[in-house]
Amino acid sequence: MWVVSGGPMRSPPSASARSSILMEMEEESRQHPQPELRRNELASSQSRRTECVVTRHSSELQEPAGGESCSTKSFSLFNGRVTAVIIFNLLKPHRLTSTRCHDDLPRVHPTERRSPDLPPVQYEPVLCSRANCKAVLNPLCQVDFRAKIWACNFCFQRNSFPPSYAGISEVNQPAELMPQFSTIEYIVQRGPPTPLIFLYVVDTCLEEEDLQALKESLQMSLSLLPPNALVGLITFGRMVQIHELSCEGIAKSYVFRGTKELTPKQIQEMLGLMKPATSGQQGKPLAPHDAAASCRFLQPVQAVDMNLTDLLGELQRDPWPVPQGKRPLRSTGIALSIAIGLLEGTFPNTGARVMLFTGGPPTQGPGMVVGDELKTPIRSWHDIQKDNARHLKKATKYYEALANRAAVNGHSVDIYACALDQTGLLEMKPLSNLTGGHIVMGDSFNTSLFKQTFQRVFSKDYNGEFRMAFGGTLEVKTSRELKVSGAIGPCVSLNNKGPCVSDNEMGVGGTCQWKICSLTPATTLALYFEVVNQHNAPIPQGGRGAIQFVTQYQHSNTQRRIRVTTVARNWADAQSQIQHIETSFDQEASAVLMARLGVFRAESEEGPDVLRWLDRQLIRLCQKFGQFNKDDPNSFRLSESLSLYPQFMFHLRRSPFLQVFNNSPDESSYYRHHFVRQDLTQSLIMVQPILYSYSFYGPPEPVLLDSSSILPDRILLMDTFFQLVIYHGETIAQWRKAGYQEMAEYENFKQLLQAPLDDAQEILQTRFPMPRYIDTEHGGSQARFLLSKVNPSQTHNNLYAWGQESGAPILTDDIDSLLTLMNYICDLLICGEKLFFIVLFLQSWNLK
Amino acid sequence: MSQQGYVAAPPYSQAQAGMGGYSTGFGNPPPQSHYGYGSPPQGYSAPPTGVLKPPSSSPSGMPPPPVSTHYGSNIQQNGAHPHSFPPPVASAPSMSPYGQPPQGAFHSMAQTPPPTQQLTNQMSAMNIGGYGQRPMQGPQSPTSSAAPQYQTSPPPTMGHQPLSPPGPQPPTLGSPPPMATMGSMAGPPMGMSGPPGPGVQQPPMGPQGYPQQPGSPIAGPYGAQMAGPQMAGPQMAGPQSGAFPGGFPGGPAQMAGPPQKKLDPDSIPSTTQMIEDDQTKRGGQVYVTNIRGQVPPLVTTDFTVQDQGNASPRFMRCTTYSFPCTADLAKQCKVPLATIIKPFAIVPKNETPLYIVNHGEAGPIRCNRCKAYMCPYMQFIDGGRRYQCGFCSCINEVPVQYFQHLDHMGRRMDMYERPELSLGSYEFIATLDYCKNNKPPNPPAYIFMIDVSYNNIKSGLVKLICEELKTLLDRLPKEEGAETSAIKVGFVTYNKILHFYNVKSALAQPQMMVVSDVAEMFVPLLDGFLVNFQESRAVINNLLDQIPDMFADTNESETVFAPVIQAGSEALKAAECSGKLFIFHSSIPTAEAPGKLKNRDDRKLVGTEKEKTLFQPQRGVYEQLTKDCVAQGCCVDLFLFPNQFVDIATMGDVPSHTGGSIYKYSNFQMEVNGQQFLSDLRKDVEKSIGFDAIMRVRTGTGFRATDFFGAIYMNNTTDVEMAAVDCDKAVTVEFKHDDTLSEESGAVMQCALLYTTIGGQRRLRIHNLSLNCSSQLSELYKSCETDALINFFAKSAYRAMLNQPMKTVREILVNQTAHMLACYRKNCASPSAASQLILPDAMKVFPVYMNSLLKTPALVGSTELSTDDRAFHRLLVNSMGVEETQVLLYPRLIPLHTMDVSSEAIPTPVRCSEERLSESGMFLLENGLSMFLWLGQACPPDLIQNLFNVPSLGHLSSEGTSLPVLDNAHSRKIHSIISSISQRRASSMKLLIVKQKDRSELFSVSTWLRTRVFTEARPTWTSCATSICFGPDTRVVLLIED
Repeated sequence: MWVVSGGPMRSPPSASARSSILMEMEEESRQHPQPELRRNELASSQSRRTECVVTRHSSELQEPAGGESCSTKSFSLFNGRVTAVIIFNLLKPHRLTSTRCHDDLPRVHPTERRSPDLPPVQYEPVLCSRANCKAVLNPLCQVDFRAKIWACNFCFQRNSFPPSYAGISEVNQPAELMPQFSTIEYIVQRGPPTPLIFLYVVDTCLEEEDLQALKESLQMSLSLLPPNALVGLITFGRMVQIHELSCEGIAKSYVFRGTKELTPKQIQEMLGLMKPATSGQQGKPLAPHDAAASCRFLQPVQAVDMNLTDLLGELQRDPWPVPQGKRPLRSTGIALSIAIGLLEGTFPNTGARVMLFTGGPPTQGPGMVVGDELKTPIRSWHDIQKDNARHLKKATKYYEALANRAAVNGHSVDIYACALDQTGLLEMKPLSNLTGGHIVMGDSFNTSLFKQTFQRVFSKDYNGEFRMAFGGTLEVKTSRELKVSGAIGPCVSLNNKGPCVSDNEMGVGGTCQWKICSLTPATTLALYFEVVNQHNAPIPQGGRGAIQFVTQYQHSNTQRRIRVTTVARNWADAQSQIQHIETSFDQEASAVLMARLGVFRAESEEGPDVLRWLDRQLIRLCQKFGQFNKDDPNSFRLSESLSLYPQFMFHLRRSPFLQVFNNSPDESSYYRHHFVRQDLTQSLIMVQPILYSYSFYGPPEPVLLDSSSILPDRILLMDTFFQLVIYHGETIAQWRKAGYQEMAEYENFKQLLQAPLDDAQEILQTRFPMPRYIDTEHGGSQARFLLSKVNPSQTHNNLYAWGQESGAPILTDDIDSLLTLMNYICDLLICGEKLFFIVLFLQSWNLK
Repeated sequence: MSQQGYVAAPPYSQAQAGMGGYSTGFGNPPPQSHYGYGSPPQGYSAPPTGVLKPPSSSPSGMPPPPVSTHYGSNIQQNGAHPHSFPPPVASAPSMSPYGQPPQGAFHSMAQTPPPTQQLTNQMSAMNIGGYGQRPMQGPQSPTSSAAPQYQTSPPPTMGHQPLSPPGPQPPTLGSPPPMATMGSMAGPPMGMSGPPGPGVQQPPMGPQGYPQQPGSPIAGPYGAQMAGPQMAGPQMAGPQSGAFPGGFPGGPAQMAGPPQKKLDPDSIPSTTQMIEDDQTKRGGQVYVTNIRGQVPPLVTTDFTVQDQGNASPRFMRCTTYSFPCTADLAKQCKVPLATIIKPFAIVPKNETPLYIVNHGEAGPIRCNRCKAYMCPYMQFIDGGRRYQCGFCSCINEVPVQYFQHLDHMGRRMDMYERPELSLGSYEFIATLDYCKNNKPPNPPAYIFMIDVSYNNIKSGLVKLICEELKTLLDRLPKEEGAETSAIKVGFVTYNKILHFYNVKSALAQPQMMVVSDVAEMFVPLLDGFLVNFQESRAVINNLLDQIPDMFADTNESETVFAPVIQAGSEALKAAECSGKLFIFHSSIPTAEAPGKLKNRDDRKLVGTEKEKTLFQPQRGVYEQLTKDCVAQGCCVDLFLFPNQFVDIATMGDVPSHTGGSIYKYSNFQMEVNGQQFLSDLRKDVEKSIGFDAIMRVRTGTGFRATDFFGAIYMNNTTDVEMAAVDCDKAVTVEFKHDDTLSEESGAVMQCALLYTTIGGQRRLRIHNLSLNCSSQLSELYKSCETDALINFFAKSAYRAMLNQPMKTVREILVNQTAHMLACYRKNCASPSAASQLILPDAMKVFPVYMNSLLKTPALVGSTELSTDDRAFHRLLVNSMGVEETQVLLYPRLIPLHTMDVSSEAIPTPVRCSEERLSESGMFLLENGLSMFLWLGQACPPDLIQNLFNVPSLGHLSSEGTSLPVLDNAHSRKIHSIISSISQRRASSMKLLIVKQKDRSELFSVSTWLRTRVFTEARPTWTSCATSICFGPDTRVVLLIED
């Protein structure tokens, strides 16, 4: 999974890994003094990679040429002992089945990890005694059972076992030493259990209908919460109100001006929380009963159920008049700062969710996204590019600061934004991105999309426990040859500069510890590593690089848990063992990792720069691993393990994660938010939507995401993660209109119509957030969702050349088809043009 | 005033011809024609434009006149004899006789009255004429003629016959004055004094209206020589109202030895006597305001006012009803020229309420130049097409829709149909131009803001208030005729933070919204904060039930104050209405918030140059707050329940600039002050009030309003802004000359008050008043009004104490008093012994009041008095009207041991002097703020038994402050006395029972009681009097012994 970087572009870097590995090359400008540097490849220790069945998308992994390369690894945090790769390999053969068998698969949810072979153990982990190592005892450690001593495989420190391990022997090994338990979970006692906290922050500047629907959803949610969970309610409009929940006879709330920024201390003072706060500051979080008594704003659900239901029922729309031509004044910024201030004063370092429900952009006070004048529209990408978005920087900075405060205390912020126009997600996204909260975007609170998504937040696993965890920290320990460059995902840096931290930052770097305030089974971080070439300490042949991931978190049942995963990979020489590397290359994981990097860059860089960078990487990979004869474009081949990679890149380039055209800033933020947190499978669906075809000619089959797949006698089901489109071909639509499905003799037609619906239902059941469900047909306006995604192999440019009935033409001026892309690459590569031109050329597509 | 009438008049030798309008007017037509048995005037048929405000209860219990005849009632108001109520329709012709005399609009009004009034008219006319003539005549003759007339003035009892039947009119009155020059002057008085006939006809103003007595420039008759002790008793008792001893022999006594020794306190002019005499002479009579410059009865006198072109003295009362013509003269006499305006004074039930005039969409008609509103002083000319402003003399076009033909006397035919042409006080409906933002105002709101800090909870006050509000809110003032009050109510509680309540009727239970951001106060809710009580009754009652419980276990003792006011003002702003805040506050606001106050009660400053700083409000937020409140029409009423220093000077700053009231209950205890507080609260909530008011006082040329005192805010030098003005608030306006005034045109003034009614209507209330002008000081002194003077002095002194050392303020007061009196002696009195103190009749008790003023808590610099009490007193007086200052400075001391239990009346008060407190007596002392029941040591045990149900004084606990209600004549009587007194006063009074010689009790009662009781203490008085006697011509230095 690592790559060694060789000299400048010549030496083909090698990617090892059966697991998802991507070699990424360094900037070419970087000169390396030792071109002959040995490249090691960490070969996968498992042989499964060979089992990888490649369907029609044969994988090809690209390794860009260049200076040094480092490998990256996508890591599914809560993946059981199986790594992401395994999921990948299992899923890959039949995507359809893979989605269907979701539930059977080892899931990433922490609770589900407790499959029979992975019982969480009820004791503390054994740590390496070296102060700056503290690695956890794992199966890779060498153990001297007689001397009761174990050697840390990271720092080689020899440690004696604690007294409780006196009875161990080779036949009586503790669970953490068993090879199959490369991932193990410890349940530890750390202070009193703290209840979960849910703080609703509700916008009241909604249409009556929306508000009503939202109120009902919120009331319903009370029954889904664990009975001992603490709830709180903040409503806002022009003012911000924190409701006191325990009062009898009179509904009491504290009100704040929506325009005045308050320090956390002021907020706590004004809420009368100073006393509990002082005791709370002296170390541990408050004992729950103390806290409950002291904080009137957060009360156990079971105690205030009725009160809160009534309170929600009586919620009124913001009463302040909204003059003609104005937006309602919405103090989202202050509401959030109060919510976060309240929690940090009362329950620091306790799992808590701030759930923001908003129906429009913040229009006043700090964090305001747009003024209240309707004649000034909310910023568009166009405005942002022209530096015309007045409030953008200030608001973003404000929400970032808030998000960091929340993250420090381990609280996460969800945003449920339902409005037809933008709601300022672009500015507010740090809140969720940094704290691991959800973002849900919908048109109205009165849609099933919102209602079901919201319900699903509180879904439980088969053990009856919530699929969420709080207050996680991830620590990475590496063996000496590896350094961690950074992570991309819903996390914040804890700024712990351990010895294994690379200077070369990718994503959130400069640390070996990250805080992940909220976790779900799907939460996935991408971690990037670098192989350090120590000149005088070459990597020993046949040696293994090891990584340990130590995750501490609060389980939804309030237990504290520590999860330890240790993985190791063989080293391989990049020059001599290039084949090795190539075959162990996991192109899907690599694609996702690259994509995450791309999205991360896109947040801060201009769109074209990112695309150019992606193109460059792709070309380098092709250059390194492609086989071709000079001057013969048709001879270009990529090996199976790399063959799909260009395709992923092609779709990624077109995806809303990198392209902002046709998306509002909010939508882009929303898409990117989900992209950098979902697991590999889901991420891949996002990059390259999957398309199933249903026909009378056989069982449903996955088909190419290509305009040639759109045929009159097919029903198509496309899953883009965010949308689920059922598309009836022209003929099918006509039949359906004629009502054949009603006739007994056309029972089979009815079944055909039903099949995609059933499949869609299954996806809908499990997906979070609920995708937009679209049922359309040939010529329908909603068909655009499909047409915009497929590879435009047929356009109005080449329609006539391609003959009839082979698919639907896509009218596009966008970049050409995948074929064109590949043609260009081949042409340019093979004809020996300089890279420089290639890049230029690729870039020119964007301009088209 | 009708300039025309004067300008067109014949030479003075025939002045009566000029005024002759009267004579002919009165004389020629048969008297009965006054009463309208003739044919109706043309004018009558014109449709009335004045809208009659339906009287809540009509004077004699008659139903409101039907619309068709309402003008008839207008006529009554304009002077018809009250006996003619209800006026037959045919009474309208009563105007016909007045159609004849070629008189100006103003004087024409004088003609409607019945003969009783006519007499007065005539007298007034004579006065007017007399002024004109005086230059040609020696002063002696009027004196000589007046003197006998005065002495032979009919006994007051005659004056008591009110409203004698109209028929018999004295021939002397009826006939044109036969005499030329002098005769025209002397004639009528002769007529009055001579034959008994006219005596019967004595109008209420008649002889008792001594200020109007012609030709009494010399004080001789009034300032009768002090004959020493022999004069004292009998004379006081006697009915010689005019001939009170105005002085006493200071001189010889002084020479003989310490003057004090020989001075009989009874020789001092008696205030009670004067009050009683005035009551005897003018009480129960109708005072018709048709004569320029007539001096009204004393404030203590019960009388009925009939508006005939000048505002009732209830609305406007002047320090003098005859202005000096020149600034020099004014300077010479040092008599302040001021008017005390109480724009919302309560009109007794037997007087007609103010008429409402609607001039349509164009708004009230106003002079183009000075913007004065249409009033009786406008002179119509040019056939009615134009009119000349009585204030600035500008000629204006009459708007087409307002055009009316003039009759042959140059008066508009519709004069009596239009209140604005015939009355002194009336109201206009204001148009949108007069509204904020050109939007009709919303009905005002009352916000109750209750301090729920520890003190108020512990004392039970919060519970008390909440209980009371439940019933009180049903009695919010409403527009006449309205079913329910349009006033909205809102509730706030607070300690260090504020709690607002949503009491929307749709809610099942009230919602509390806490605002803890006191640094930047705001209103957390809009809808549901200010509600109609009737609609939200259930929720509000629920809330009021809960408030005491919610805070029952509070231990918060800190409070904020400025944010509370700000919150109220913001709430009103958000609701776009004006309104009033009722703040129930306990302690000095020390919590960290804007307007935080520190204890600066430094008694060491008393008596030093820096003493004034104690009364200056602490600067900062309160100034801005005042501004905001006034701009929003947010009146603040402050109920204080302090246990210690609360810096009233600062806390009272906003209330005292927004037309609010301050109430103070030191060391509040439910049993002791509970009832008093509740009754204050009830009165305060129920009283009639106008909001968001702006007042402008316009004057005729030659003088102008220069200074204003009251609970007001001045943004510029002319506009008096008041967030609200209620029936107890008075503004004192001081005038200065800019030019010479003419005796003919007199001095006219118009007070226009733009305000919002409790129903949310925008209106203009106009009060007009015309005064005489004279170049004779004697006229000025004669027309003085002591009660008004002392009101002015009190207010100006209380303002001066903010900027000057107390000593200086006292000196100024004393000097000015001495100067006024000395000037009188020098210029008006006949030469007399230097030992005699000569006082103008109208001012004979003025020194007594002045002395009392000097001893008020605010001015007397004593370290025993709490700074808060002094500041409180200062602010209180600031908005007082004449009646209140009168009783405050001369409390009523009512002997109870001699009371006649069978009589309905309140026993006659005795002089408020220590000597009057006899050991065997029992007295009730009241000053409008407090009431004391003084029990002499030897007071009859049966009286004690009857009142307290204990056998003797000794059994009465010294703690006793309550008077049990017992079923016996004495007890009933005393309770009826107390309640009838309380009814008259703006604030309710706490009854304190004081036992003679009970030191602790006496001391704790209040130091000011003692000073008040000793008001007439001899030494002070004597020294004052003495120095006036001795130094009339030189600079007088008075020694006031405190």
